[in-house]
Amino acid sequence: MSAATEPATVSGAGSHDHLVDSPRRRVWRRLKARPAALVALCVVVVIVLAALLAPLLAPYDPTQQSWTAVRQAPSWQHWFGTDEVGRDVFSRVLYGARASLAAGVVSIVIAVIFGVPLGLLAGYVGGWVDAALSRLTDAMLAIPFLILAIALAAFLGPNLTNAMIAIGISATPIFIRLTRGQVLTVKAEDYVEAARAVGNPGWRIALRHILPNVLPPLLVQVTLTIAAAVIAEASLSFLGLGQQPPMPSWGSMLNSAQRFLSNAPWMAIYPGMAIFLTVLSFNVLGDGLRDALDPRAK
Amino acid sequence: MFTLIGRRLVQLVPTLFLVSVLIFSLQHLLPGDPALVMAGEEATPEVVEQIRKRYNLDKPLPVQYVHWIGGVLQGDLGESMRLRLPVGQLILQKLPVTLQLAFMAMAIALLIGIPAGVISAVKRGTATDHAVNVFALAGISTPNFWLGIMLILLFAVKLGWLPASGYVSPFVDVQRSLATTILPAIVLGTAIAGVIMRHMRSAMLQALDSDYVRTARAKGLHERTVVWKHAVRNAITPVITLGALEFGTLLSGAVLTEQIFSIPGFGKLIVDAVFNRDYAVVQGVVLITAATYILMNLLADLGYILANPRLRT
Repeated sequence: MSAATEPATVSGAGSHDHLVDSPRRRVWRRLKARPAALVALCVVVVIVLAALLAPLLAPYDPTQQSWTAVRQAPSWQHWFGTDEVGRDVFSRVLYGARASLAAGVVSIVIAVIFGVPLGLLAGYVGGWVDAALSRLTDAMLAIPFLILAIALAAFLGPNLTNAMIAIGISATPIFIRLTRGQVLTVKAEDYVEAARAVGNPGWRIALRHILPNVLPPLLVQVTLTIAAAVIAEASLSFLGLGQQPPMPSWGSMLNSAQRFLSNAPWMAIYPGMAIFLTVLSFNVLGDGLRDALDPRAK
Repeated sequence: MFTLIGRRLVQLVPTLFLVSVLIFSLQHLLPGDPALVMAGEEATPEVVEQIRKRYNLDKPLPVQYVHWIGGVLQGDLGESMRLRLPVGQLILQKLPVTLQLAFMAMAIALLIGIPAGVISAVKRGTATDHAVNVFALAGISTPNFWLGIMLILLFAVKLGWLPASGYVSPFVDVQRSLATTILPAIVLGTAIAGVIMRHMRSAMLQALDSDYVRTARAKGLHERTVVWKHAVRNAITPVITLGALEFGTLLSGAVLTEQIFSIPGFGKLIVDAVFNRDYAVVQGVVLITAATYILMNLLADLGYILANPRLRT
């Protein structure tokens, strides 16, 4: 029904625009048509800028204690109030963005560096290599993401670097499985057959012809996994397995806030809002990208 | 159908083997000598040697693995270094608490997720649909430990309606048990409600677009009957089986939720073990979690096969 009627509505000059659109411009045009995704993208940019410019934006040193300003409510002096040792919560939230985004980016880099080549290998080579890698992926996915990250962080030792490694390793099987699945779909396409027929070596076909075509779904997965990694880092830091004091992290801020809920609730509200906003923005952006990159969408 | 189930069971063998290898390898991630780390900094060389012998750490890795997995297969998950109790016994003590929480959370998730998904699909493209989607996404994006803290702030600190922490078994006092577990169950359930709502919405959209719904409408049936008796009945089975897969999320979530609400369950056991360097307990908990997850996965697959007549033949 809709498939039959909808193309008819795209007519005239608009359809010619589609013909000259480059894939990147087409995705951007589709993304722009989704206000929620656009707002989410803006929020992500603001959070990234806040993390990068934290030393310039933060009104106070995030580790500076002040015994004369212990647990002060939000005011013009301290926008988000102060914590149990008089540190400025706003400055700590800004610096906390660094730990969260670093965890998001580093763990994704680890997951992509290992996951994508292994997925390409499994999907392209097939046979026992595929069978072995698929079983390994199944085994890793059988252990829930956070439990695997906690176990790895526990054995590697509690600090932010190990937390990021643990999250990265835990996220790797998702990328192996996704890349493998995409490769299996793309492998049967005519242009891959043609590349093989003219005598291209296997590695060249995998890197030049298959990889670029599996990138769009990977991009969506990267966005959604950053959201999961931000929550995982906050969770590990909340448990004391991530960022160590005195450096701030949203998770560890929530941990100390728990003890002062009745007389200093702002200590819990703002770091939690920061996690929520960051994760929500990446999730909305991921959903928007999925729609924008969907070849069936217009 | 039996071939399909058989194939699925055969596939499980290498997966289970690799899971056990992964979990066994964890202790070799410990920096330095595992026996020394397990014994602690103040241990005498005799104690370190004793641990090395007890855990076969003086033998080659494959031999260590065979000893370990041999014990696991006989139900011996090792001994807690701190509590001097078998890990299996500790897990059996804590598991019912987490299971109670998990079932309550799943009930909440289904009670919210299924009607929300149905309404969203029936009112597709309307403001209601958008609102339900926003709530689902917000539920998925809310860190459950933060939601837990906020619920404690509202219901325990401000209103004083419910206890902020603690646990009472339902076998001791049902009412107090509900009072101590309702907030953590809501925290765990809302995240999964979002996922279930999304699955239900897409299954319903497919069902509403199918021939049997069109036929039911053509017969002149009331729209409510068409939706609830025809579409929902067909859309709900795959959603419930998919819900089984969310069990992993529940167990992960329980780790943090039990920590916040001081509930002595499975999640709190692993966190306490991590901080007390009680590595056998960490390994045991991860192993049982993975085994439970694999079992739920298998049950979901079987449920799917049984619910789908085309796969049954």
